[in-house]
Amino acid sequence: MSALQVYLEGVGVWSAALADFAALKARVHGEEVTPPAARPPATRLPANERRRAPESVLLAVEVAGQAVAMSGRDAAELLCVFSSTYGDQLISDYMCATLAQAPAELSPTRFHNSVHNAPAGYWTIATGCQAASSAISAGHASFGAGLLEAATLCVAEQRPVLLVCSDIAGHGPLGDMSGSLASFGCALVLAPQVDARSLYRLDLTLMPHAAESLQPGPPTGAWHEANPTSASAWPLMQNLAHGEGACTVAAAETLALRVVMETPA
Amino acid sequence: MSVSFQPLAVSAFTATSALGQGLQSQLAALAAARGGLRPNDFSSAPLACWIGRVDGVEEAELPAAHAAWECRNNRLAWLGLHQDQFIERALDARQRYGAARVALVLGTSTASIGATEEGYRRLDADGQMPAELRRPLIHAPHSLAGFVAEALGLEGPCLTVSTACSSSAKVFANAERLIRLGLADAAVVGGVDTLCDSVLFGFNALELVSPEPCRPFDQARRGISIGEAAGFALLERIDAAPQAPRLLGYGESSDAHHMSTPHPEGLGAELALRDALARAGLGVEQVDYINLHGTASLKNDEVEAALVTRTFPASTRASSTKGFTGHTLGAAGILEAAFALLAIEHGWAPGNHGCSTLDAACGPQFVLDGEQRQIDVALSNSFGFGGNNACLAFGKAVA
Repeated sequence: MSALQVYLEGVGVWSAALADFAALKARVHGEEVTPPAARPPATRLPANERRRAPESVLLAVEVAGQAVAMSGRDAAELLCVFSSTYGDQLISDYMCATLAQAPAELSPTRFHNSVHNAPAGYWTIATGCQAASSAISAGHASFGAGLLEAATLCVAEQRPVLLVCSDIAGHGPLGDMSGSLASFGCALVLAPQVDARSLYRLDLTLMPHAAESLQPGPPTGAWHEANPTSASAWPLMQNLAHGEGACTVAAAETLALRVVMETPA
Repeated sequence: MSVSFQPLAVSAFTATSALGQGLQSQLAALAAARGGLRPNDFSSAPLACWIGRVDGVEEAELPAAHAAWECRNNRLAWLGLHQDQFIERALDARQRYGAARVALVLGTSTASIGATEEGYRRLDADGQMPAELRRPLIHAPHSLAGFVAEALGLEGPCLTVSTACSSSAKVFANAERLIRLGLADAAVVGGVDTLCDSVLFGFNALELVSPEPCRPFDQARRGISIGEAAGFALLERIDAAPQAPRLLGYGESSDAHHMSTPHPEGLGAELALRDALARAGLGVEQVDYINLHGTASLKNDEVEAALVTRTFPASTRASSTKGFTGHTLGAAGILEAAFALLAIEHGWAPGNHGCSTLDAACGPQFVLDGEQRQIDVALSNSFGFGGNNACLAFGKAVA
């Protein structure tokens, strides 16, 4: 089937236990890692925005900033794709609760922060990026669909692309529906051509009618199962931490995406 | 591996809005200057404003096989899919290309949040989602695309785009890239957004909602009227439908300015416009009609009017159709793409419904009334919160 080749130039990771990609690598290699502060630092945001921004934005901006810093590229030059299964569940919970009780008291700031593209908006404003930005979702395939979308954009436009995939922990009746119990974000910078920045080449192949192979196994209690983004990104994140491997992630309900890591040359 | 942009055939399309169900209803209302706004009879608590509500949504029950997706937004999607034989055309494409070779890219800003809102109004004794609404699939942004993928039996790339009010314009770009790179042979694109408390009270909190029917580009405009709509289009390579109107290009950009107000000089809007014209290989003098974003908010219309006035010749016609339908948010991109395609097919440039005295910023491109004229090339502008901009270029089939 059709294949796409892109070059990975940067990786960002954040969870309550992992401050960055180096921490993920250490952990995968069995080392102890120090957990980060409770709030993602998101230093790419101006200080006043950092104080006001919701957690969903801090998380996305944090991992985006890490990946772009690793790539050495100028954030303003990157097309960007922000993927999330649920968007800002905490704001949705607040809004639905307020609308049920006192709709006229809805906060205008929380409303404009509720749009699915709020992280893309804050990121492009903070970095002065006027390139195309997108905010997408694909249910439990949001990571794989995001990777497919970012790679498609990268190859079609022949421009480097920032992919950010993140979900925060839910709360209230809506959190009960999402089952997202922890926050996790990851980001990749992808480029169409090999150069000195390239860490790995990723060969992506669509594998249709793959419903059976995409069935999740029984829960094992592993930390990455507590969040839809980490659950779906885990096979690739693990390979990236090891520096090699091939894996399959869901790109849609029955569509699998095979991701093979190669040395870049 | 790189392949340059190639125009695509829009081999089928449909739209459903406050103007009615299907393209004939839209066209008849646009031609008769008959708007679809009504006093708000939707929100769960009173709110004095006008809305563009679609009649018949409540009756469009989903078949039992898709009951897990039942909610008002998916009912509007179901109603919309059945207009203009769209569902038959989409199923025919699946038959011709194979289910895994047809992509599905749909835009929505709020998906089925209306069902989540309802759940919070009717929490059970334990403060949990009531039993009837304990269906996780509908409490997520992908509810719409997940439902339509199942309803059409599509197994190709499947994506929800949710960039506020540019959502269902950007879907044309996602689909074109998938087809260009050979990852799909055709794509169903579109969008659905339904009225809900979140947007009615949210825009009200931002003081952007007009107390009267919205008046795009009027010097005395007072804000937006919110509407709802469903629309779909089928994109294929031109050889599959050589007589169909075409997607000639698109442009996407970010303002990098502010979360809820546009760039004061329309910089992002202009970048998207220039990107669309460049991709389509068009000069501004070739543009016959522009369906504007034209929300009737003070700032958007001022910035967009200035951009059109300084960029296009007097021969270009420009109008907003939001006075007819209200601002249909995440569905505005596909609804207004359908209006641009209707303009090309029927040679009708819709008027600026709701506007009686044009803002001083409006140049000769703006007229109050619709008019019959040849339209070979039409653009559609869509701008969203977060400074997210898209511009689509459509054209008549050329021999």
